[in-house]
Amino acid sequence: MKVVLRNPRREVEVAGNRRVKDVLRELAILPETVLVIRGDDLVTADQVVADTDVIELRPVMSGGRA
Amino acid sequence: MKCRKCGGAAALELRRHNAAFCAPDFIEFFRNQVREAIRRHRMLTRDEPVLVAVSGGKDSLALWDVLAEDGYRTTGLYLDLGIFDYSVESRAKCEAFAAARGLPLVVRRVADEVGAPVPVIKQVTRRPPCSGCGLSKRYLMNRAALEEGIPVVATGHNLDDEAATLFGSVLHWQTESLARQSPALASSHPKLVRKVKPLYRLSERETAAYAFLRRIDYIVEECPFAVGATSIAHKEALNRLEDASPGAKHNFLFGFLDKARPAFERAEEVDLRECARCGQVTTGTLCAFCKLADQVKRAG
Ligand code: SF4
Ligand SMILES: [Zn+2]
Ligand SMILES: [Zn+2]
Repeated sequence: MKVVLRNPRREVEVAGNRRVKDVLRELAILPETVLVIRGDDLVTADQVVADTDVIELRPVMSGGRA
Repeated sequence: MKCRKCGGAAALELRRHNAAFCAPDFIEFFRNQVREAIRRHRMLTRDEPVLVAVSGGKDSLALWDVLAEDGYRTTGLYLDLGIFDYSVESRAKCEAFAAARGLPLVVRRVADEVGAPVPVIKQVTRRPPCSGCGLSKRYLMNRAALEEGIPVVATGHNLDDEAATLFGSVLHWQTESLARQSPALASSHPKLVRKVKPLYRLSERETAAYAFLRRIDYIVEECPFAVGATSIAHKEALNRLEDASPGAKHNFLFGFLDKARPAFERAEEVDLRECARCGQVTTGTLCAFCKLADQVKRAG
């Protein structure tokens, strides 16, 4: 399956047919730091993503504010 | 995972609340948290206008959306920092947001007010960009509100921003910042407007989810100067704590606000005067903003 990462925008291929939680662990991303987006929807960490899915992991951190 | 409210399929899990929500129920949860913040700290009333400082990012546009939807008399304030493509794009997001909803937006350019945009200020002062930028933003927000006749400025600071600021202040025991850190600051001088942070109860993941689910077109890219800012390092450290123990950030911030802040507040008594040049409030003769503008002028 395809995973879209942001800042900068890039794509990686990982194995699908498993829970979002496991994909995040493989990529060493803390669940608290991203939104998991599939199409127009948000996906929770316990949901299974298919091998044919495309998900975006959008970082939620903002800042640098003084 | 099931929605806590309706039992339907959940869109978002909130570990620190031990709950999950579907999209419509999450939006309602989010708005209720904002309402609770406003009520608890008497932040706003519907009888007076409020200036919402917007950056084009998820937090400030989510805030503007909630306040406008809830019937507050909002005007947006966009400060154009002159930071390359980032400023061009973020300004366009704010203008599109305001236009689509028929809301008023005030735009001020830092380059007009200080004499140079943030990247040049950074070079002239040889200080981190966020220092001149933050100083200019705080000054210009207050002055714009006074000039527009608006008694209160609302900013999009979220729970993570506040926890990271608190963490930084505690690491260095900056007692002045600890005394000042609050979801709502009353006006302590006729030329200082009130400042409120109605999103302080919501994490940045929650504000991102709200913006996404409300289909708000916000700028996902960060300011190029944010990379390496210490506040980001603090947020990362806190996120690791949060991962190990959900609710850690919340407890850290709320514990401070409830139990520790009053002690620091009493210790800090400052003498406020008006700047000899611009008339805005300062503790010295010339305010920090006028000094910065002088420095830019000398370098030019
Ligand atoms: S990251 Fe720093 S320079 Fe960029 S907008 Fe925020 S405060 Fe200003
Ligand atoms: Zn529901
Ligand atoms: Zn001044």
